[in-house]
Amino acid sequence: MKTFIRSAYVLVEKEIRSEFRTRYALNALMMFVITTLSIILFSFGGETVPTDVLCGLLWIVIFFSAMSGLSRTFVAEEERGTVMTLQLMTHSSTVLTGKLVYNCLLALALNLFIGLAYQIIVPDFTVRTQSIYWTTIVLGSLGLAVASTLLAAIIAKANTKGTLYPVLAFPILLPILLTAIKATKQAADGAFFAEVLQEFQIMLAFAVAYVALSTVVFEYIWND
Amino acid sequence: MTTLHFEAQDITKEFNRKRIVEHISFDLHEGQSLALVGRNGAGKSTVAKILCGLLSPTRGTVALSVNGTPAPYPAHLYPHIGFVAPYINLYDEFTGLENLQLCARLRNYATDPDGRASRLLKQFSLFEKRNDELRTYSSGMKQRLKYCAALLHEPPLLVLDEPCANLDEEGIAVVREVMTHQKRTGILIIATNDRDDLSYADSIVTVERVAQS
Repeated sequence: MKTFIRSAYVLVEKEIRSEFRTRYALNALMMFVITTLSIILFSFGGETVPTDVLCGLLWIVIFFSAMSGLSRTFVAEEERGTVMTLQLMTHSSTVLTGKLVYNCLLALALNLFIGLAYQIIVPDFTVRTQSIYWTTIVLGSLGLAVASTLLAAIIAKANTKGTLYPVLAFPILLPILLTAIKATKQAADGAFFAEVLQEFQIMLAFAVAYVALSTVVFEYIWND
Repeated sequence: MTTLHFEAQDITKEFNRKRIVEHISFDLHEGQSLALVGRNGAGKSTVAKILCGLLSPTRGTVALSVNGTPAPYPAHLYPHIGFVAPYINLYDEFTGLENLQLCARLRNYATDPDGRASRLLKQFSLFEKRNDELRTYSSGMKQRLKYCAALLHEPPLLVLDEPCANLDEEGIAVVREVMTHQKRTGILIIATNDRDDLSYADSIVTVERVAQS
């Protein structure tokens, strides 16, 4: 167990170091987020937009930024021809854990930034219950990251990675996206924390279910 | 010396119902070596990948036991195998030394990994370049570093696919030393058509191109 945790930690550290050296995902994602938020802001043109629409737009930005960034972890290994190197160095469960943790960290960092920037930049978007808002962002990010990691491992083997990823991801991520939009709306409306517990449970259950599914099927995806 | 037994029985591999290799069998113990020979496209690399657990055979079995203990295939083969092939890459954004440190740490290799890495880098004449990023290495230097990565954990089973690809004479000489040492201490398998490489093999298995109906 100790060696498994140590190897998974080494893999997370390798992913972070690799990202800071290449800056591929970070730069691409930051540009994506800034561009999307700017377009949303300019398209409003000073008009008042309903809260429901604003909550939906927030999760559209989060969904597509996840689609651009979270697949990199496996696609980059496949493109650089380093998949076999990893297969020769460590067990598949270590790879899954390392990639999963890294994607969760990346999604959290990115979505916390998006959540903050959205509140600052979009004038009509007022969140009355901040605790619900940030819990939704955190749980939503974890769910997105976990499901996206498994999908990324699958599509990394395909020839048409770019188009396949969002197409496959949309129906899978729809339950968590709809739940997150609902919870964000309640945060904006000023609901009490206890009123949103069911949505939090759904998001948490989604993440746990996909961790369990990944644990079972990843070995078959990873090994041939 | 470690007691080793590596056995392949009737390996067959199909891709999309198209048979690529069939009926590959052999039985090796420590101190023995084998060469896989065959024409281009016959499936030597496919067999090498199957032996290392990178591809699963459609039919047939591969079994490794170390000191009488079986290493479950393919999930737990990796601690016992070193594999060098032109199609395996290391990380371009890391330096040579960082790549080796990563290999050692991922494998949980505990016996003085830095010392072992330095010795291998010196043996393959890469010590001076150890702090340069891999993207600045030539293909021959990358091939040398792959040897360092494959030998870092002192694997009892070494599989080499085109062992001298991209290497100059000096590099080839070092690889020959490695092959000689591996033959003495463990099991060596080479996939090659080079006659000089074949002289390092005790037995030869010919991989035939499968006739498609």
